[in-house]
Amino acid sequence: MTDAPHVSANRWKRFSDWDERPLRLDKFAVEDAAHGFAAFTSPHDPKPSASWDQGGVASMDGTAAAGFDMIDLFIARYHLDPEVAPEAMAMPSIEVARMLVDMSVPRERLVRLARGMTPAKLAEVVAHLSALEIAFAYGKMRARKTPGNQAHVTNAKDDPLQLAADAATAVAFGFDEIETTMRVARNSWSNALACAVGASVGRWGTLFQCSSEEAEELRIGMAGFTSYAETVSVYGTEKSFIDGDDTPWSKAFLAAAYASRGIKMRCTSGAGSELLMGFHERKSLLYLEARCLCLQRAMGVQGTQNGGIDGAPVTCTVPGGMRELMAENLIAVWLDLECASGNDARPTESEIRVGAKIMPYLISGSDLICSGMGSILAYDNSFNPSLLNGEELEDYLVLQRDFEADGGLTPVEETRVLELRKRAVEALSAIYEELGLARPTAAMKASVVAASGSDETASYVPREVALISQAIQDKGITVVEVIKALAKRGYREEAENLLRLVRLRVSGDYLQTSAVVREGRVLSAVNDPNDYLGPGTGYRVSEARRAELVAIRDVLTREEVLRAEAVHKAGEARRISYKTVGPARAGGHPREVVIGISPAFGIKLFQTVAGHPLSAILGALMDGIRVGGSTARIVRMRHTADTSFLGLSAARLAGSGVGIGIQAKGTAVIHQRDRLPHNNLELFSNSPITKLAHYRRMGENAAAYARGDLPEPVVVPTRGEAMGARYHARVSLIYAIETEMTAEGAEPEEIAVALPGATA
Amino acid sequence: MRREKLTVGDYPLAEKRPEIVMGKRGKSLDEITLEAVLEERAGMEDLRITGGALLQQAEIARAAGRPTLAQNFERAAELVEVPGETVMRIYELLRPGRAKSKEQLLDAARALRETHGSSRMAAFVEEAAEVYERRGLFQRRF
Repeated sequence: MTDAPHVSANRWKRFSDWDERPLRLDKFAVEDAAHGFAAFTSPHDPKPSASWDQGGVASMDGTAAAGFDMIDLFIARYHLDPEVAPEAMAMPSIEVARMLVDMSVPRERLVRLARGMTPAKLAEVVAHLSALEIAFAYGKMRARKTPGNQAHVTNAKDDPLQLAADAATAVAFGFDEIETTMRVARNSWSNALACAVGASVGRWGTLFQCSSEEAEELRIGMAGFTSYAETVSVYGTEKSFIDGDDTPWSKAFLAAAYASRGIKMRCTSGAGSELLMGFHERKSLLYLEARCLCLQRAMGVQGTQNGGIDGAPVTCTVPGGMRELMAENLIAVWLDLECASGNDARPTESEIRVGAKIMPYLISGSDLICSGMGSILAYDNSFNPSLLNGEELEDYLVLQRDFEADGGLTPVEETRVLELRKRAVEALSAIYEELGLARPTAAMKASVVAASGSDETASYVPREVALISQAIQDKGITVVEVIKALAKRGYREEAENLLRLVRLRVSGDYLQTSAVVREGRVLSAVNDPNDYLGPGTGYRVSEARRAELVAIRDVLTREEVLRAEAVHKAGEARRISYKTVGPARAGGHPREVVIGISPAFGIKLFQTVAGHPLSAILGALMDGIRVGGSTARIVRMRHTADTSFLGLSAARLAGSGVGIGIQAKGTAVIHQRDRLPHNNLELFSNSPITKLAHYRRMGENAAAYARGDLPEPVVVPTRGEAMGARYHARVSLIYAIETEMTAEGAEPEEIAVALPGATA
Repeated sequence: MRREKLTVGDYPLAEKRPEIVMGKRGKSLDEITLEAVLEERAGMEDLRITGGALLQQAEIARAAGRPTLAQNFERAAELVEVPGETVMRIYELLRPGRAKSKEQLLDAARALRETHGSSRMAAFVEEAAEVYERRGLFQRRF
């Protein structure tokens, strides 16, 4: 029908590129409130309301008392404060939202109002806030001033030697709490003992929990191995609660039971759990979570692990999911609960989404930023991979440094980590021998100390661990026997550390809200309350803490750069000599090309950033010029170190009017006498990837320009590497060495270059 | 003589008021040392929290504006002397469908009150019995 030219393409290939990215492994869900896929609001969410009669709360969030389910009943009886509620419920939600981000409204005033708010009201208020506002409000409202962090310490074999080594490692990195769990449930006693011993190496005060079946977990706690518990889950609908095999009363009873044994405890809840359990009642994720959180304050637990938790991945499939996770954390701290703010179950395969997810928490701080971060490799994480795992732990350390934000961790030197790992493994082995549990071999120990993950160990496997775990129970071993065994075998410091941790129970100080142990002292919302009231208040990174945060490994110094150059000095002296023969004059030969070298070239600096000796670079350029039919003359510039001006000055001295400018780091340019400084003929700006062949061809092209030709410009191919990230620190240090040697008005010098080793 | 109510200024007790912190057998923190453990003058019994300590922490929690946390500590104080097996048995009974009738929970409440002197906890279990009846939790679950 038409003869119009036909373009045949059925797909823009960028979509194929995108298909290959890890992001496309993430699956996203359409917003669908009727089926539970709505983050902030659902048409089925109730409007906030509350009324009272002689019998107490007569209605709440649109439900009359007669229709209350267990959750409503518990919240109405124990959370909603009749002294505050009439005032708080009458306030326009937008006004309260503004108070949350108003730095001059003190936290205490808002905490008081929350006691008088229903779940629907709390949800309605925070829904007014943007992600930025939520992060800000979170930083202002969190209970303890000093931020902290929690680690997962687990492995794919339940290997106790590795648990001990990894616990000691996590403690060294500064985690305030470590949490373990098992691949095989009956290994719980072995996990508990191993982590408790490992966590006593290096310093004391890291709280430890062993996530297992409720009754078992409490028994392990009573034997003194663990110091906190957090897997006491609550849910936002009655049916989910019952399917979770508990009620608000049974969980509140358990909360009291933990406190009665001197064990710190927090509940767990998070968006998406009701959705996953199939009883969402068509409510929004945030509203259901607000119910969970009011319930937790009502139960009298000091804190919560929330922010999606196991439901984070499904929450992140919904529009606004990540903002919702932040919003529910905000409700938690607004209700004055300690918040272990999720950032654990990995909700995405995209590293960009991972980084974006953690950022607001890193800069606003949190009682425990992750609950927890995988201190071990992702495949060793028995909870499932965390948002961040051992692989990325160092990225996190760098983020702390980038933003001068205290994420609760501290870089540790390699040698120190190795010492601690050895010590932990030896200490556990000594206890095993002392208590007649097992006799690890030297080879097993060595494999664990060095291993990054359990794939690399030749140590215990789950069945052997089960026998150890059973023996610990059969022998009735408690933490006291472990302390004695440590001391007897010469691990006195570890024995003291472990005893100090268990002794926390006697005063119960660490049962208060947001308690951690820092420098041997209990720090909680009681003695370290968040007092944020704007800039200069609240948590600030001290000079001493800043020094710790910035001390990541492999940081370049000027001395190091100079040392690296000095290594090449002697070699270059054998390969090339530069002899100054006097002030440079303008050349007369019409085919002459001048190479303008930089001030430190061959004097203080001896190799390019790509690692080519400067003798080889100069040799390649001269060779190319000669092959192109020109002659090369070398001139050292002393008035400038800038590539463009090196090139332009060289061009002005050249008989042909064509010059090459080159810096010691390898950046090179072809210039022509009457051009503007930054309008050159050819430029090699990516010196790290520039090869000798490129320099040789640059010489040839310079010769071609000299005879008036227009050659094909030499293009150094790049694959989009972040050159700046890789080289700019070194380049800046190197370049400063060049600029230090420049002098205003210093004349160019004629250099006689000899390349005795050249095989031209 | 009854001491003054504790406030946030007394916290942490182990640092600010060590004279009122002691283990179950009356040992102070200073006495619960590694030497004492090695010589078996101190043991697991001395490393347990007491009801008194929980009531002290309840006072601090209340002074810090956390009345529900204080209530939890007060309930906990009543469980300190209840044997672990009993605690776990009552917890189990409070889980959905474990008690087949309201009476079973009321029996447990009575035992808490009469055998262990745990009146708050008993009232709490009785409250659960009322709610479970109302919400049909005594039905048989498979």
